[in-house]
Formats: sequence, structure tokens, C-alpha cells
Amino acid sequence: MTAASPPDVLRAPLVVEFPFTRSLGPVQSAFLTGLREGVVLGVRTSDGKVMVPPTEYDPVTAEEIRDLVEVAATGTVTTWAWNPAPRPNQPLATPFAWVLVTLDGADTAILHALDAPGPAAVRTGMRVRVRWAADRIGAITDIACFEPHEGAADAADAGAAPHDGVFADAVTGIVAEARLDYTYSPGRAQTAYINALAERKTVGERCPSCRKVYVPPRGACPTCGVATTDQVEVGPAGTVTTYCIVNIKARNLDIEVPYVYAHIALDGAGLALHGRIGGIPYDQVRMGLRVEPVWTEGGRHPDHYRPTGEPDADYDAYKELI
Amino acid sequence: MARTSRHAREVAVVAFAQSDHLRRTDELSEVEMVMPVLHQVLAQTGLKAGEIGFTCSGSSDYLAGRAFSFTMTLDGVGAWPPISESHVEMDGAWALYEAWVKIQTGEADTALVYGYGKSSPGSVRDVLTRQLDPYYLAPLWPDSVALAALQAQALVDAGETDEEALAAIGARSRADAAANPHAQLTGTVPQGDYLVAPLRTGDCPPIGDGAAAVILAAGDTARRLCGRPAWITGIDHRIEAHGLGLRDLTDSPSTRIAAEQAGVFEGPVDTAELHAPFSSQEVVLRKALGLGDGVAVNPSGGALAANPVMAAGLIRIGEAAARIHRGESDRAVAHATSGPCLQQNLVAVLEGDPR
Repeated sequence: MTAASPPDVLRAPLVVEFPFTRSLGPVQSAFLTGLREGVVLGVRTSDGKVMVPPTEYDPVTAEEIRDLVEVAATGTVTTWAWNPAPRPNQPLATPFAWVLVTLDGADTAILHALDAPGPAAVRTGMRVRVRWAADRIGAITDIACFEPHEGAADAADAGAAPHDGVFADAVTGIVAEARLDYTYSPGRAQTAYINALAERKTVGERCPSCRKVYVPPRGACPTCGVATTDQVEVGPAGTVTTYCIVNIKARNLDIEVPYVYAHIALDGAGLALHGRIGGIPYDQVRMGLRVEPVWTEGGRHPDHYRPTGEPDADYDAYKELI
Repeated sequence: MARTSRHAREVAVVAFAQSDHLRRTDELSEVEMVMPVLHQVLAQTGLKAGEIGFTCSGSSDYLAGRAFSFTMTLDGVGAWPPISESHVEMDGAWALYEAWVKIQTGEADTALVYGYGKSSPGSVRDVLTRQLDPYYLAPLWPDSVALAALQAQALVDAGETDEEALAAIGARSRADAAANPHAQLTGTVPQGDYLVAPLRTGDCPPIGDGAAAVILAAGDTARRLCGRPAWITGIDHRIEAHGLGLRDLTDSPSTRIAAEQAGVFEGPVDTAELHAPFSSQEVVLRKALGLGDGVAVNPSGGALAANPVMAAGLIRIGEAAARIHRGESDRAVAHATSGPCLQQNLVAVLEGDPR
């Protein structure tokens, strides 16, 4: 670690949410719809084993498998792990055991939670049964968890019964909600850049090898693969090198369309950054237009750029920066 | 030459470098963390980035919380004019595999391979749940420690280990790591409370940030760049079914088959660098690889001493190679893993020329 630490490391919350909508194959659809109806289905693999939870394809031969069977809602723990501190989104909010359970009639195990008073109440080989969720939608969480169950497998449950997998109003997809929370730190170079912006200065970094000034700096020269070191204040004025006219209003953005979004080469910078152009009708913005930043009270970066009133820059002055 | 190569070209690891692995690196962006390691590994060979035939990296956007985060770290390579480059959303060991294949095809004679990860911005136990089956597993958010604990209990039930033996694995790893200046957790570390029983804190890897890089070279180029190249005489990777309930968690047939394909069993090994983030996983890997008591297992301290996710597997290959470079090993096996409970496994055999 060679880079010197800046006095203050910036941190900001970063939330990534991705509610993927996923479609189901016929076997998964039957299984998850079955859970909604309080029925556990498995699928018979090419070698005759009953797999629960079922997949669309044989895990060994990759053959399409569609031979559904109903298994019991009771089973036997094959391994377990006591979770003293449940994490967000896990099936139970109180301490519980993670378990792999082979349901009666199945040959493979399903992962879920087991509600038990403590680790002393859990052992491999113990009998458990499904505790159904009160509200079921056709998802693996329709099984709220497993709970201890007295009694051996019923003779009737010992074998798996064929099932056509047909239910009214079958589930055809799931929404896989996910949210991950991060604390983002931008690193040395970008921290220095952001701190300078707070003083309404735009400070890039110069590559010690090719001398190019990067704005904003990211800590490395992508051409030379070396750390950018020397800090260089650029701007405040710059030149529009290219632009586009935005006609679609972005959600949560209080800017009237159409407006111009431009690449702007600040004076002294080796590449253009981008920003909105204001203070001029959108259809009068042009390549070579000279602009300067407009700051708003409390803003940590320019709100937009406006014309300086200077004559346009010569094309030759910025053609390498387009 | 005693070595017999089963492949078209002789390819060796000729250099290895890694960062210090730290709990947090808030003052560094990813590229700022990776770049010094790239410079170090290049300096070992005297090569410049522009002289490298192929560059391949391994990392995960889910750790960084940003899409295409690897494009930023490519800045640290010096990728302009455009270089021949690729990336895998996997541990750097799989980037090394791709680079090895690239050299086998004859399209490159040298390769720069790197892997890196910053686990500190997020909660890695939860982040890793997102790699699981989205229909049956991910909605339950079973974290990485929980899944490893299910495997550990299966091993205890099978009589293959017990909590005392597991604790000894962690203790040995951290004692050995005292000689590794890059390790995050060294010396005597309390075994601690259960994170998810039967695994205690001491059975689990430290969470941290880090990077590693390797240079591969073929034939005479390797001999020119390195005094004692670590020849990759075999390398293979295999994956098991992703349904945990379909697997025998006490065994690792994927590791065993990869090892057979890589030629592990064709001669004795003196060193094994195993990517076992959890103590219980070393038990499974020792069995699958048939390692006897005479083999030095994880002399670097292994993943129980430093586990920068997406680099820790590549580091196993690098550490094994470095022992050959230093003349401390003649034939080593290196292993990398991916996914829950050793789902996917890569095995490489590294050999040095007779001394």
C-alpha cells in the first residue's frame, strides 16, 4: 500500500437493490405452486431417485425430467448447524438450526430452518415436519420452517405417490428481492477530488509518465498503468467538446426537457467530464462553446455549466479531447 | 527432464506478488489497492505491461457493489492502446486457468493474472448468498458460514473430525502465518464463540481486503524470466451439483477428479496450498487429495490467515509457486475453490526443475 492516506476518508451509504423477476420451468412451477397448496412435490431422476426440491434437468445426465411425485411433509435431518444470531431476511428471527432434511419419500435433502428451543434439542437423524407459512404465495418461503416431529415415517408416506403437478392458477414466476447495503469509500484520488469540489475547486491529477491531467482522477493513468500523483487545479471555465439533447425526463430529476448534456473539457484538463448546460436555449448549444460552472448553495459539485460569453474555442484547441 | 508434460506447451508461474491483507482499506479505491501489486509482479520479471501477451483478472461486482467494477482496476494495468484482456467473475485462480489455456493455444507466450476483492464495504456473509440458487436457496439467505457449518456437522457426524481437531487446523494455520508478512491473522488467536455451530470464530476466515498477481510464461520465456520456474504440469477444474442436498458434503469428488486430471497422484507432492476458508474444508480436501502427514499443508497460513475473496484461490497457486521458486518445494499441489461447501474446485500441479 503505497498511497498516502488523506486526512479524512470519505464514506457514504450505498444500497444495491435488484428485484429480479424470474420465470419458472414446469417442474419448479409445480413445486412452488404445490407449496402454496400445502403439498410437497419431488421429481424422479433418470436413475429412479426422488429429488426434493426438484429441478428441471437430471443433475447427472442432464435429461429433461418431468416425472413428479408427492412426498410427505415430514422427514429426517441429515445435517444441521445451530445459528445463534439470525441475520436479516433469514427464515426465523430467533436462534434456529439450519437443517438439511430428507423428506419421507425423497432421496435428497432440502435446506431450510428448524425452529427448536436450542442446540441440545437438535441432532442428525431427528424427525421434523414442515411448518407452513400462514400466507402462501408459491415460494420456498411458503415453508416457514421445520419443527420437531414425534413419530416415524408413516407407512403411507414411505413411498412417493405419483402426482400430475396440475394446480389451478399455477405460479409461473417469482420475484427474487434482494438488497445489499454497503459503505462506499472512493479511495485516495477521488476523495481529494471530492474534498476540493467542496471548496468549489476542480482538482485533477497528472500522470507522471505521459503528463495527461485526469479530471476526475481515479488514481491511475489507464494508458501508463501508474499512479497519478501531482494535483493540478483546472478550469473553472471549459469548452463544450460534444453534446446531446435530452428529450426524456428522468425520474426524480427536476429539470425541464429538452436540455443539453455535454462533454466539457475544463481548461488544463486532459479529458472531458460531463455536465448539463444551462443559461442558453438548448438549440443554441454548440461544440466549442465556452462555459463555466454554476454552483448552488451547499452543493458539492457544480449544478450545471453556463456560457461565459467568450468567443467559441477553435476546433484545433479541443479536437484531441473529443 | 523428469517432468512429463501432458499439454502442448510448457507453462510456468514465473512471478507472484500480493498485497498485505487488511480488515479495511477505506483509504484506497480498488485500483489503488491492486496497482502496487501489479507493479511488484511485473518488476520481478522485468517485463512491462505492454510486453505481456494476455491479461486476465478475477473479481466480483457484488463485493464492490458496482457494475463492471473490474474496468476501473484495468486502469492500473495500463490498458491503452487496447490490450488482449479478459475477466472472470470468479476467483483469480480461474482467471489463471483462462490465461493458461490462452498460452496453450499459442496466442500468447506470457500472461498477467490478477485477482482482488474488497470485502470491507459490504457484509460478505450476506453478499455470498446472492451466488446461490435463486429459487430454493437465495430467498432463505443462508450465509456462507451457515453452509460451511452444515458441512462441518456432517463431517463430525461421520466421525471424520471433531471440534478439537478443527481448532487445531486453525491454530496451525495461524502459527504458520506468523512467517507470512502479508497475512491478516497470525499467531495465537482465540478459538472464540460459535458463529454457526459447530464452527467457531477460529474455524472461519478473517474478513478482509487484498489483491494478488501472477505472471505465467511459456517454455524458454519462462526460463529467461525466472531462475526456477514453477511449471504447471497439470491443471483442471470441476463442479458439483448446486443443490446442497444432492451432495455428500463429507467428500469432494470434484476435487478428486480434478486432481486425477491434473496428475496429482502420479507422484508424491511435498507441499499443498489448499483454499479452505473453513477449517472443516481442509479435512475434506486432505481426503480428496490423499495428502499424507509428510506434506506441508498451507505453509503460508492459507485462507484461515487471509481470505481476500476473489484472490485467495489465486494466492494458493502463487504461494505454491513461490516455494518452488525459492527451492523449498519440488512438486506442489495448489487448490482453489468457489461456491458453497467446496462446490467447484480447481487443482494444479506445480513442479520445479531438478536442483
